[in-house]
Amino acid sequence: MKTYLPLAIVLVLASAYGFWWKLSRGAIRSNKAIPGHRLTAETLGEGLGSRATMVQFSSAFCAPCRATHSLLSQMVLAMNDVKHIHIDAESHLELVRQLDIRSTPTTLFVNKDGIEVGRAAGTPKREQVLAALENIR
Amino acid sequence: MSEVLDTPEVRKIYIDARGPRFGAAITTTVLAIALVTQNELVLVAQGIVFLIGAIRGPQFTPYGLIYKNFIKPRLSKEAPTEDVRPPKFAQAVGFVFALVGSIGAFTGVDVLFTVATGFALAAAFLNSAFNYCLGCEMYLLIVRFTSK
Repeated sequence: MKTYLPLAIVLVLASAYGFWWKLSRGAIRSNKAIPGHRLTAETLGEGLGSRATMVQFSSAFCAPCRATHSLLSQMVLAMNDVKHIHIDAESHLELVRQLDIRSTPTTLFVNKDGIEVGRAAGTPKREQVLAALENIR
Repeated sequence: MSEVLDTPEVRKIYIDARGPRFGAAITTTVLAIALVTQNELVLVAQGIVFLIGAIRGPQFTPYGLIYKNFIKPRLSKEAPTEDVRPPKFAQAVGFVFALVGSIGAFTGVDVLFTVATGFALAAAFLNSAFNYCLGCEMYLLIVRFTSK
């Protein structure tokens, strides 16, 4: 007995989710930031940048983590007041829970006081990163 | 680069990134056939492919061999490479769905077969159509729920 209904349901729902996923990856959103949480050199294992810091959470089962890492680490080479800190999410679970990191790569944009002002899930575009950093004073 | 992403050990397991995505397209077709014909044997066969991909890597599955022998020679020589661990993780998730679906079929719980096959199909479809990264979205959540 052939039935096409389950196939149709799966393809419609997966397509809708897939488009949302594709469009939302990399967008830097300020409303996703966890308010009131202050990141310090102690919790991150490295000192913050003098103006801004990009804190990237990665995991081993994540292909775009590598692309995000090369983009951000290459971008900060030309900026003396911005740092890129890379964190293995799995070995920092307490921090991951506090900050509610759900997927990798997730990059937090943090000001000089350690306050998160925005975050991006997925690999952001160079222009998006530049615009987000521009807004951190 | 940090040790989770790149070490000499990790670099040894780089594969052609186009291979797993091609495999996901075949997987999508196979699982669609399993779902439409409600045929548990098709799901079992796909489950074996997932198991090989989860343990040895997607490049060693029948789909990976088709890619290597028939597709790759026709593509440009410059292959984008990726770490084998993310697609291996996806294959393991696929295997769990195939296992659950097969158990459903052989114990007469048809709805379990349909739902589990549907989820495996959704994952394979997302991978092939959107280059979806299952490990990115699921792995950390699993670790957060399963460890203290």
